Amino acid sequence: MNEEILNALTEIFRDIFDNEDLVATPELCADDVEEWDSLSHIQLVVAIEKYWHIKFTAREIMKWQNVGEMVQGIANKIE
Amino acid sequence: MLDLKQLKRLIKQDHSDLPRVKVALLGDTATQLLAVAMRGAAIDMGFDIELYEADYNQVEQQLFDPDSELHHFGPQYMVLFQATHRLVDDHAAMPPEQRGFLAKRRLDFIEGTLNDKAWEGCRFICLNYPEIDDTVFGNYANQVEGSLIYQTRLLNIGLMQLAQRYDSLSIVDLAALQAQLGRKTMFSPSVYASTEMVISIDALPPVAYRIVQVIAAQRGTFKKSLILDLDNTLWGGIIGDDGIEGIQLGHGLGIGRIFTELQQWCKKLQQRGIILCVVSKNDEAIAKEPFRQHPDMVLRLEDIAVFIANWETKVDNIRAVQQILNIGFDSMVFLDDNPFERAIVREHIPGITVPELPEDPAEYLEYLYSLNLFETASASEVDDKRTRQYQQEAQRVELKRTFDNEQEFLASLDMQARVEPFNAFNTPRVAQLTQRSNQFNLRTIRYSEDDVKRLAQDPEVIDMAFSLSDRFGDHGLIAVVVMRPLDDETLFVDTWLMSCRVLKRGMERFTLDQMVTQARNRGYMRIVGEYLPTTKNAIVASHYPSLGFTHLESEPTKWVLDIAKYQTLDTAIKKL
Repeated sequence: MNEEILNALTEIFRDIFDNEDLVATPELCADDVEEWDSLSHIQLVVAIEKYWHIKFTAREIMKWQNVGEMVQGIANKIE
Repeated sequence: MLDLKQLKRLIKQDHSDLPRVKVALLGDTATQLLAVAMRGAAIDMGFDIELYEADYNQVEQQLFDPDSELHHFGPQYMVLFQATHRLVDDHAAMPPEQRGFLAKRRLDFIEGTLNDKAWEGCRFICLNYPEIDDTVFGNYANQVEGSLIYQTRLLNIGLMQLAQRYDSLSIVDLAALQAQLGRKTMFSPSVYASTEMVISIDALPPVAYRIVQVIAAQRGTFKKSLILDLDNTLWGGIIGDDGIEGIQLGHGLGIGRIFTELQQWCKKLQQRGIILCVVSKNDEAIAKEPFRQHPDMVLRLEDIAVFIANWETKVDNIRAVQQILNIGFDSMVFLDDNPFERAIVREHIPGITVPELPEDPAEYLEYLYSLNLFETASASEVDDKRTRQYQQEAQRVELKRTFDNEQEFLASLDMQARVEPFNAFNTPRVAQLTQRSNQFNLRTIRYSEDDVKRLAQDPEVIDMAFSLSDRFGDHGLIAVVVMRPLDDETLFVDTWLMSCRVLKRGMERFTLDQMVTQARNRGYMRIVGEYLPTTKNAIVASHYPSLGFTHLESEPTKWVLDIAKYQTLDTAIKKL
């Protein structure tokens, strides 16, 4: 299941950052992607919320350190 | 309207050919993404925003410090976005007994900026305040002057009144947009908590487009005409099949009320100067019958400037409308319920706006409201006469067919022109013409009403406003000239523009005669004119040489006329 989430996230990342080479791995974090700042972060979150029809709290949004934690957060909501 | 992703993509594409406009965005919340959306929306609407974004919470400092980055940037448009959330902060920080002055304080701040000489010539665009109902007083807040809702509404009304008094201020109605989108779409609490953005991601494009539409209208880009299909667009059913008793309109049949309300909207647009036309696949007599006979028709034949009902293609008929109106396709909107017709028109007539009407006519009006198609920068009283003028133009086109010779046709028109300096009566129309005219416009300088007043008062400036009438009717004020001295002997034509309604009447020759007379009376030796090309004014590319001006070798855009050698040009226009 996490694999599926990662694949979908890869598409979302590519879309938001307009970069076809991006691959979402659990270790990937904001420091690895040049354009990943708080504003693109919120765009990622909103895209994720739309894709899985889920909603995150403001705390959850700000807590994630890397893609792995994102995946966990998504998995918890869609279980 | 494009979404945020598409807008971002537009910015990455090459748009170096677009005209650049300097815009500053001053906000008291996080506006970086709004700035991105604005740049994209501007490119989508045909211009490139060079944006200055102040770090937020520097609104007052940037505006009042004469040495601020903002002053050095020198914006043409200043977008002020003070969020309701910050208003809530201010409201909270005030002692309760002073809260009744919150709106006034903000308004005084705006007015102070508008009066600041340092910002003369800069246009201010204020976003107004979407309501936050804090329910501290419940509904009783409507009776409490110091309540948040009371002050927010007072502030929004105050902004409207300021914009009426100050020509340099325009409002972007964020409150109206929130009423349209709903607060749930407009604002996302989790986005706000994590980024200090008061506009949700999904609402960024509509907000950005609203702002950019106001700038575009100021720059002279706006819709001038609405072309309407009939069957299932203006009424329910098909007039040719259902007959006049069978179509749905008004309170009787089916969903007739929907079409009545759509017509009411069209009528209001017509009353404020949008030219209504009909293009329909129908027999003309049958198509006109409801306009003449149906008791629930809001629109009547006299409201329609050009009425074309036949079995030709809509593309050909819209081109025929364009021939008569003489306005660009990009200033036309075409409404048709049929997706097939819409696609063909969109494909064959570049620039025309064709709203993708919802399938259910019940949703037409709300959908059209959401598009904000008819943004404008001015509204003057002559607007509602425009329909008559285009009907008269259709008659002239008819008459012209009966003449083989252009000169005889012109002589038969009995044209008379009036020449006046700018004055209190013609100022709104002069400003409007400088903002609307794109084709016959040599330098495309836009003037606000305040600018026009300044020109009128300047003793060095020669300002002329021309009105034309003929046997079919009055064209009203149709040409504007502004000349300024370069030196004791030379006048420079700062502005020369003319409404395309009076092309090919010899009006430009008459205008030049009057310009030369004025120049001579004041002792000038020569007139220098300049042609600054835009995407729309190619028709005047050889304006000056065709009137006998000679090219200035030193300055390739400029042309000169020797007044001593000038001989009055022959026209069929009499001066009143």
